[in-house]
Parts: sequence; structure tokens; C-alpha cells
Amino acid sequence: MSLLLRFLRFAYDFVVGDDPAIAVVVVLALGLVALVAAGGVAAWWVLPVAVVGALAVSLHRAAR
Amino acid sequence: MSRDVLLFLSVFIACAVEGVEAVTIVLAAGITRGWRSAWAGSGAALALLAAIVAVLGPALTALPIGALRLVVGGLLLVFGLQWLRKAILRASGYKPLHDEEAIFAAEVAELRAAGREPARIDPFGFTVAFKGVLLEGLEVAFIAVTFGGNQHNVPLAAAAAAAAVLVVVAAGAAARAPLARVPENTLKYAVGVMLTSFGMFWGTEGAGGHWPGGDAAILALVAFTLLASALMTAGLRRRHRRGARAAPSAGAARA
Repeated sequence: MSLLLRFLRFAYDFVVGDDPAIAVVVVLALGLVALVAAGGVAAWWVLPVAVVGALAVSLHRAAR
Repeated sequence: MSRDVLLFLSVFIACAVEGVEAVTIVLAAGITRGWRSAWAGSGAALALLAAIVAVLGPALTALPIGALRLVVGGLLLVFGLQWLRKAILRASGYKPLHDEEAIFAAEVAELRAAGREPARIDPFGFTVAFKGVLLEGLEVAFIAVTFGGNQHNVPLAAAAAAAAVLVVVAAGAAARAPLARVPENTLKYAVGVMLTSFGMFWGTEGAGGHWPGGDAAILALVAFTLLASALMTAGLRRRHRRGARAAPSAGAARA
């Protein structure tokens, strides 16, 4: 395996870790914050809701 | 002021966790393959790290603040949630606690299995120490540059990182043994809460949102994350105990 591939794999494991679904939810939630904020509506509540939801679902799946 | 204290504490705790892992690996390499090789590998890794940070660090802080906050906030959030998830699973009994003594024993067994080589600088010990210090050091650099860059206070974040590394290295040098007494999962839990809270704050700001109360919202986010994760830990712990109690009785019913 090349050095670049090994570095990319390390970076992926380091940042994304065991549950890639969490990373997907975070990206989608950040997009939703941008959309809501651009519409002139308060968007501060989006990430806390997404964080609790993503963590609860991920933990539930891991504990099954 | 409170933001600086939070920045220092977050970087210090996060870097201390990484430092514990690196020192454990270097101790294992030093004891089994000789300290000359372990120090040489650690020194070479630190030199490479310094070069990487010198090249990439300024580029990161020169980015527009909005884009930087969005990207780094997202990264911190993903990273923090992974730490928090693991810490909750460990605290509730669904995952074994991260055992530094077991890591140390595994490293020692691996090094002894490879056999001692006659060279003055032992290549295996050098590589193990180099790898451990470089990988954990990259994580320390990432934490210091991103936290510091976001708050335009890289020197404070770098000082916190350096203080954490010095404290852990001093503890390792004094003990010269596995750092099993450091409650690693507690540290990781605290770091997960901090990273997640900062990630939510900066991610929202970077995406164009604004927090009621400005910077003070960080404290509310820390309290919110702490409370939510504590409730999840308690719920999972109860579920794990119920499962453990149900397993023997199900076995008895089948018998």
C-alpha cells in the first residue's frame, strides 16, 4: 500500500472512526444550518438536535 | 477570558490523552529494545512533526474565518462525537475500558517476538517509537492548530499542548511503567464533550448561524452535551445490566 493511501486511511480512521453515519449526519446538519440561516430564521438549534439524534441512534445500534 | 481558559483546558486534556498513548509506546520500545533507539525514533518523529506543522500550520490559519470555522467545526464535531460514543459505550459496559497496561504488554510481546538485533540503533525499536510519536503527535498538532486557529490564539493552544505533553512525559519518566492509573476513559469522555461542544458552536457560526448570547453559548453547549451524554450513559448502563441479568436466567430456563 502506498504512503498516500496509508495516510488517507489513517486520516479516515482518525476523523470518521467506527460509525460513518455520524459524519454523514454532521455534514447534512451543517447544510441544514446554512439553509435555515440563509432564510433569515434562527438556526442555532439544528446542530444540538442533530448531535443528540445521531449519538442516540449510533449508541442504540452499537448496543444491539 | 473564559474562552481562553476553555481553550487551554480543552487543548490540554485532549493532548494529554494523546500523550499518554505515545509515552506508553515509547516506554515499551525503550525497555525492550534499548533507550537509545527509543529516543532516536522519538526525536526523528518530533523533527518531522515540527516540519509538518511549520508548513501546514500557517496555511490553515490563513484561510477565511467563515470557511475555516465551517470545516474545522464539522471535523471537531465528527471527531468529538466518535470520542463521546466510545467513552459512553465503555462507561456503560458495552465496550472494554481502554487498558494502557494491556497495550504496554502487547507492545512488549511484539517487540520481544521480533528478537533483539545487534545494531547500536535498533531499527525495530526506532520504528515503533517513531510511529507512535509521529501518529500521536500529528493528533496533538491537529488539535492545537485547529483549536488555536479558530480562536485566533494558536500560541495559547500550542502552550497548552506543550504543557500537556511535558506533564505526561514527566509522569512517564517518573513512573517508567504503564500509565494505567490515568483514568483514560474519563479523560476521553471530557474531551468528547469539549470537542462536540466547540464543534457545534463553530460549525453553526461557520454555516452562517448565530448563537444567542454569543461566546457564552459555549458554556451552555458544554452543559447540554454533558447532560445529554450522561443520560445516554445511564440508560445504556441500565440496559446492559438488564441484559446481563436476563442472560443467565434464559440459560437456566433452557436447561
